[in-house]
Amino acid sequence: MLRDIFFFLFAIGVLSGAMGVVVLRNPFYAVLSLVVHLLSLALLFLLLQAQFLAAAQVIVYAGAVIVLYVFVVAYVGSSVEPIRASAGPGLRALSVLFATALAVELLIAVVGSTLAGIDGDGEKILFGFGTPSFIGELLLTRFLFPFELATILLLMAAVGAVVLARRRGGIDGAGDVLAPLQFGLRPPPGTGTMKEGVGDINPTAELSRSREQEAPVAAVAPRAETAQLDPQEPSR
Amino acid sequence: MSPTTAAWLALAFPLAGTIINALLYRTGRTSRLTGYVGTAALALSFAFAIVAFLSLQGRDPEHRQIVSTLYDYAVTGSIDARMAILVDPLSVLMLLVVTGVSMLIHLYSVAYMGGDRGYARFFAYLNFFVFSMLLLVLASNFVLLVIGWAFVTAASTLLISFWYRRQTATRAGVKSFVINVLGDIGIILGTFFILRHTGTLDFLGTFAQAQELGAQHQADLTAGLILLLVGAFAKSAQIPLHTWLPDAMEGPTPVSALIHAATMVTAGVYLIARMHPLFEQSATAANVGAIVGVVTLLVAATIGLVVTDLKRIIAYSTMSQIGYMIMAVSTGAYVAGMFHLMTHAFFKALLFMAAGSVISAMGGEQNLDRMRGFRKAMPFTYGCFVIGGLALAGIPPFSGFFSKDEILLVQAQIGGWHWILYVVGYLAAFLTAIYTWRMIFRAFWGEPNEQARELEHGHLWHAPQPTNPATGEVEDTDVGFPGPEHHIAEREGPMKLAMGTLAFLATIGGIVLIPKTTTWLDDFLEPTFANSSVVHHASNGKLWLGLALGAALGLAGIFIAYKIWATGDGRAALHLRERLAGVHRLFVNKWYFDEIIGWLIVRPASWFGRFAQQTFERIVVNGVFVGGSTGVVRAGSAAVRALQSGFLRAYAALLLVGAAAVILYFLLQS
Amino acid sequence: MSITWYLCLSALVFSLGAAGVLTRRNPLVVLLCLELMLNAGNLALVAFSRMWGNGDGQVFAIIVMVVAACEVAIGLGLVVAIFRRRLPVDVDELRELHG
Repeated sequence: MLRDIFFFLFAIGVLSGAMGVVVLRNPFYAVLSLVVHLLSLALLFLLLQAQFLAAAQVIVYAGAVIVLYVFVVAYVGSSVEPIRASAGPGLRALSVLFATALAVELLIAVVGSTLAGIDGDGEKILFGFGTPSFIGELLLTRFLFPFELATILLLMAAVGAVVLARRRGGIDGAGDVLAPLQFGLRPPPGTGTMKEGVGDINPTAELSRSREQEAPVAAVAPRAETAQLDPQEPSR
Repeated sequence: MSPTTAAWLALAFPLAGTIINALLYRTGRTSRLTGYVGTAALALSFAFAIVAFLSLQGRDPEHRQIVSTLYDYAVTGSIDARMAILVDPLSVLMLLVVTGVSMLIHLYSVAYMGGDRGYARFFAYLNFFVFSMLLLVLASNFVLLVIGWAFVTAASTLLISFWYRRQTATRAGVKSFVINVLGDIGIILGTFFILRHTGTLDFLGTFAQAQELGAQHQADLTAGLILLLVGAFAKSAQIPLHTWLPDAMEGPTPVSALIHAATMVTAGVYLIARMHPLFEQSATAANVGAIVGVVTLLVAATIGLVVTDLKRIIAYSTMSQIGYMIMAVSTGAYVAGMFHLMTHAFFKALLFMAAGSVISAMGGEQNLDRMRGFRKAMPFTYGCFVIGGLALAGIPPFSGFFSKDEILLVQAQIGGWHWILYVVGYLAAFLTAIYTWRMIFRAFWGEPNEQARELEHGHLWHAPQPTNPATGEVEDTDVGFPGPEHHIAEREGPMKLAMGTLAFLATIGGIVLIPKTTTWLDDFLEPTFANSSVVHHASNGKLWLGLALGAALGLAGIFIAYKIWATGDGRAALHLRERLAGVHRLFVNKWYFDEIIGWLIVRPASWFGRFAQQTFERIVVNGVFVGGSTGVVRAGSAAVRALQSGFLRAYAALLLVGAAAVILYFLLQS
Repeated sequence: MSITWYLCLSALVFSLGAAGVLTRRNPLVVLLCLELMLNAGNLALVAFSRMWGNGDGQVFAIIVMVVAACEVAIGLGLVVAIFRRRLPVDVDELRELHG
């Protein structure tokens, strides 16, 4: 009985958080709405006897991932998104329609199926179901291989994140491993080097102004220190 | 040595000569090595031809038709294509004539073609031509016959357009090739018609079934034989497939001597003689042959009266004489026809060689109008011309007399409508004498012209610039054009030797079949024609009448020519030309055959070609098929490409739609 | 509460997330909606784990969380890079990868 009430409460939290993410225009508010959603979800996990998972949800998701989001939103700037979609209202209506269709189908699948197991409350569970030791034992015996793979995945993601976020050129341009490329050994423009993709870090106002000048004027003497951009290359 | 081994060797040497000369192509610019190699190959071939002849005569008459197979090419149920030769008197006669005359022409060419930058190529081609001709003559089944026939076509085209940078020569080569290929098709189709009912490609096997064919499948047999005749007419330059022969005079003179006098044009005669068992079963086909032969001999003789190019006069005389031979072998006078083939080879090759000598003296000029008075300057050449002219006109005791009269005698024997052939034959003989001696008197009698005068002083005249004699275009003397040197018989030993030998043979060649006296040729060819159903007995009255008439007409023709051109300066001929202007125009335009063929065949063909290219090729093939298929593919790929917009939300939408569809499917399934 | 309810909830959240992915233009918000979908999946997994009474679903859910975290890291790194490059931070404008 109490369980049902809690379920509905938490479900409302989940749904409202989800709605908020989808609907709210300001990305910062969307992030906050996600926090609500995640915490409600953690509580739902508790209801399902998955204690460790609930804790992990709070720590990992609501803790790390959300913080990351917050920082990025702060950095990128939370400009309010225009309401009108670029592809017109047609696409918006269509996407809503698709989502609705998907929901309906899944619901039919879930509710309409005659699986006996779903109907009930579930199996009789052991004591210690969902505890960290329970999960840990599983992770290190039956699911060792996926566990290790996940580790590798984390490593790759970490490396990737570092590479993506790396500062180009250092403080004074010292220690840049890509320095040789500036002295004529550069690959042709448009080949998709990381340098091109990332561009300058904190480009100075001077450079941004010169870029606007360079676009109409094709032949400009290349600059010595910031010659990463080929003068002829139009800035994409 | 057995006859067949000797025949195989005789066949192999010209082929070896071709290959060696081809490998020696670089030497042609400076040395005459390839000339001697070619001549030596032919000499060896001739030697082995003689060995084959003697060996064949050493056997008893019943066993003188021998087939020798090298290997089986394709022997299945209905086809037996073997690499096999048939050695019998007919083929040995042809072998002797071809190798003998070819050897002399090679000898002549060693000197005549000196200085030409394509010397080695010439001898390689010439040897290849002889090889092809021998293959044709020795073939013992239709397959090898066709192969030899086609090779001869190819070789003759190569030789006609030997000076390939001359447009007139290449055009002539193309014309000869097209008409001869038409003949090749005729032969192949004719073979099919005959093969349908015989089941064998072998000659002897086919001939064994000749009676049965004639009795049961007359229509197919006649159709097949007429198609074979198409081939024969194309190769032997009979009407209406004769237009290539005058143009073929663009080739060097030895080529004209070899191909268009002695060997290639006689292939048609040989074919009909070889197929005589079949021809005897089909009177229609035989009559077609006879009629075409007689028409050709008359038309060619009339054209020969008015033509002014020296070599073309001789070419038309060839056409006329071949007409005689075709008429002969179509009506059953096989021995007479082959006899005339042999003698004609001698005196016609001689005439061409002598003509080559005169043309050299003229510095490459071939126009009879410009030649006068060479008698004192070139006595040897004049002598050869006289001997050849006498033989051609049919004056006793020269060889041409006996052979021509033999043919016409058989026509008298047969009687009926063949009397027309008889009359026309003698009429044409009269005309032959006239135009031959017109040529001789005009070129050699009268006031010597500039070139003759120079030659009398011992100096060979050269044109200031080498030009094409037909069109007057200026040429150079590098490869593809005639060389800078001119060789006349009086100065060149090889030429004298070759011409002298032929003159001798033209004089005494008639000895092999003098009526009532010698029957050597008759006896020799007996085994081949033993099964012929046509039997001729010479009746004395007709024999003497014919001989007398022939001699009289020949002498009369020479006398008329003498009166008009030797003593009369040609004025009477001019008067006659003005009086009969229409007739003259008809003759000068070669009876408008070129124009008729142009209208009937060339125009529709080029119209069709243009249509095919501009309409069919451009619109249907390129537009519809190629353009259509690529257009469809392009449109399809453009449609698919539209999916890749780079628009993230579109991709996501596709994903979700796909997922929803899959779920829907599974829902519906259960 | 029967498991069905959890599953229905999961379906609803999933489709909400899908709608958000299709509708929003800010890549950050798209990633957020992606998170929604992942979490919906997690919920379903945990519900099934409870249903069967063994921990497979929960382990799966942990791995999913790991993957989601990695994806977020990289995705946000990309967004930062785009922002640094002064490109418009809008999924509709970023369509160089077309065919």
